[in-house]
Amino acid sequence: MPKKTTTTAVTASPPPPETWNLRLYVAGMTPRAVAAFENLKKLCEEHLPGRYIIEIIDLLENPKLAVGDQIIAVPTLVRKLPPPMKKIIGDLSNEERVLVGLDLRQR
Amino acid sequence: MPPKKKITKLEKCPTGIRGLDDITGGGLPRGRPTLVCGGTGCGKTLLALEFIVRGIQEFDEPGVFMSFEETTEELAKNVVSLGFDLEGLIRCKKLAMDYVHIERSEIEETGEYDLEGLFVRLNSMIEETGAKRVGIDSLEALFAGLPNEGILRSELRRLFRWLKDKGVTTIITGEQGKNELTRHGLEEYVSDCVIFLNHRVVNRISTRLLRIVKYRGSSHGTNEYPAMIDDHGLSVLPISSLGFDYPVSTKRVSTGIDRLDAMLGGKGYYRGSSVLVSGSAGTGKSSLVASFVDAACRRGERCLYVAFEEAPAQITRNMASINLDLKQWTTKGVLRFHAVRSTLCGLEQHLGSIVKLVSEFQPMNVVIDPVTNLSAIGTSQEIKAMLTQVIDLCKNKGITALFTSLTEGGDAPEQTDVGVSSLMDTWVLLRNSETLAGERNRLLFVLKSRGMNHSNQVREFIFSGEGIRLTDVYVGGGVVLTGSARLIQEAQDKAMAEAGRQDAARRQRELELEKVQLLAQIETLQHRAAVLAEDFDSISRCEQSCLDTSTRNRAELASARQGD
Repeated sequence: MPKKTTTTAVTASPPPPETWNLRLYVAGMTPRAVAAFENLKKLCEEHLPGRYIIEIIDLLENPKLAVGDQIIAVPTLVRKLPPPMKKIIGDLSNEERVLVGLDLRQR
Repeated sequence: MPPKKKITKLEKCPTGIRGLDDITGGGLPRGRPTLVCGGTGCGKTLLALEFIVRGIQEFDEPGVFMSFEETTEELAKNVVSLGFDLEGLIRCKKLAMDYVHIERSEIEETGEYDLEGLFVRLNSMIEETGAKRVGIDSLEALFAGLPNEGILRSELRRLFRWLKDKGVTTIITGEQGKNELTRHGLEEYVSDCVIFLNHRVVNRISTRLLRIVKYRGSSHGTNEYPAMIDDHGLSVLPISSLGFDYPVSTKRVSTGIDRLDAMLGGKGYYRGSSVLVSGSAGTGKSSLVASFVDAACRRGERCLYVAFEEAPAQITRNMASINLDLKQWTTKGVLRFHAVRSTLCGLEQHLGSIVKLVSEFQPMNVVIDPVTNLSAIGTSQEIKAMLTQVIDLCKNKGITALFTSLTEGGDAPEQTDVGVSSLMDTWVLLRNSETLAGERNRLLFVLKSRGMNHSNQVREFIFSGEGIRLTDVYVGGGVVLTGSARLIQEAQDKAMAEAGRQDAARRQRELELEKVQLLAQIETLQHRAAVLAEDFDSISRCEQSCLDTSTRNRAELASARQGD
């Protein structure tokens, strides 16, 4: 199945070895989805400067993609790389929880 | 005048599950969710899955199954033994299945969210198959997986509203709670129809029971119905009899023993009637019943023999010794044995197996041998209830049913162990009688036979290598003799009769002789009379001729005298 994703790749320079691959699943661009994306971008800039890739997947356009990562709640953030996979549900407004969830310790 | 508004009845969605459509009066409410709850292992997933699969196979309604507990491969493997080919159905795009896995440890909650992902997945499956039926098993997993119960509950409400709007008939399964129907109170969302499955163990025998707790908008059977899971899926047994309006036949069938037919009004049992053969051990109940089976098979009628005590091979062997070849009928397929220990399962399961066999094999005659074995797994009340259902089933289909019952030694012979004689139309009693000569002989009585003129005389029941025979007992001088005493008496009688006959013959011969003698005498006398008559004649002739001569002489003389 050809993967059709609305990819918004935000990188700074050629990604160094440990690049974080993050996927944000949303169901349409609801205010909550937009808020989640904003929060995520802010967080990534702060803690993972230059070594992250964010993909946004809209389930309304590609419902089948929900099966692969077992998505039931939206918005859901999935940390694909580095392993292990982590799932975070919610609009990511609680930064502490997001960091704990992503296993990003405060540097 | 405003036109009369036609109020349409609640439309029902037939499940295809045997028996369930009968209790629910047509099936589950269409377009609405039904809750199936129960403890572990009572068949909730199976019911939901069977609902979907049968919807595809029998009613051409595609379906969707969302499982929170088992993957699609596992479910497919589980139901292969039932003949459901899930993978095939998925390939045909009639069925869409999804496995939703929620791992609490994987999930971190970081703000507001909703369960649109679930909706999206369900929606895509429904759209791609055009599904009319949905099964969800089991939503309880969401409660375990997601931390925020408030969001969860509101989303569930939204889910059911959404399912109703989509117009799909849904089955939701739920785990039984301690004091409530479900552990997390799903019944408050799914309140259109609630089915409760139970798995009860009594006296080490387990029975599955199904009960419809609630069904909005329709009447339904409210009792607990026994359910069975066998190689065709789930079946519910709602055969509590409704009324006595089955058709009745006036045809008669032979019992297999000529003289017994003669005792029963000359023709035998009524077709579709119930017959009880009772007696103590070794009186020949199974043999009597086997004669009937043999005769019926010979007529080409299918027979089902339910044996609770002996193996079919043993029954066949034993009956061969009295010249009943049951093996030929088994090979031809007109006779089927169903041999199972009564303690193998509960009364309901036995009933269910019998119902299933009857509907599959379609016999015209059913034998249950013996029914008293069932007392190991039920009280006589329960057995009577179960037999009532069997008899009702048979009568509704016009099947002649024979039952054998063992009277324990010491019991009055007219008391059946399970009190079922009132259910039976014909009752044949077999009894042993011990003679003074130190032997036990078998007697047969027809105690009752509804609707026909039956003999009230006792007969002796004899086994031989040529088969079963009924002979008259010797009744004379106020004494009933059987067995060797009867033979002795019969021989004596015969001798006496012979002697009498010879006597009469002798008398006849004597009289005959006398008659012959008398006839000879008569002949002699007649001869003499003839001789005398002849003499008489000759004398009178002589006299006449003398007279003639003397007259002639005188005339001559006179003529000679005148001449001078």
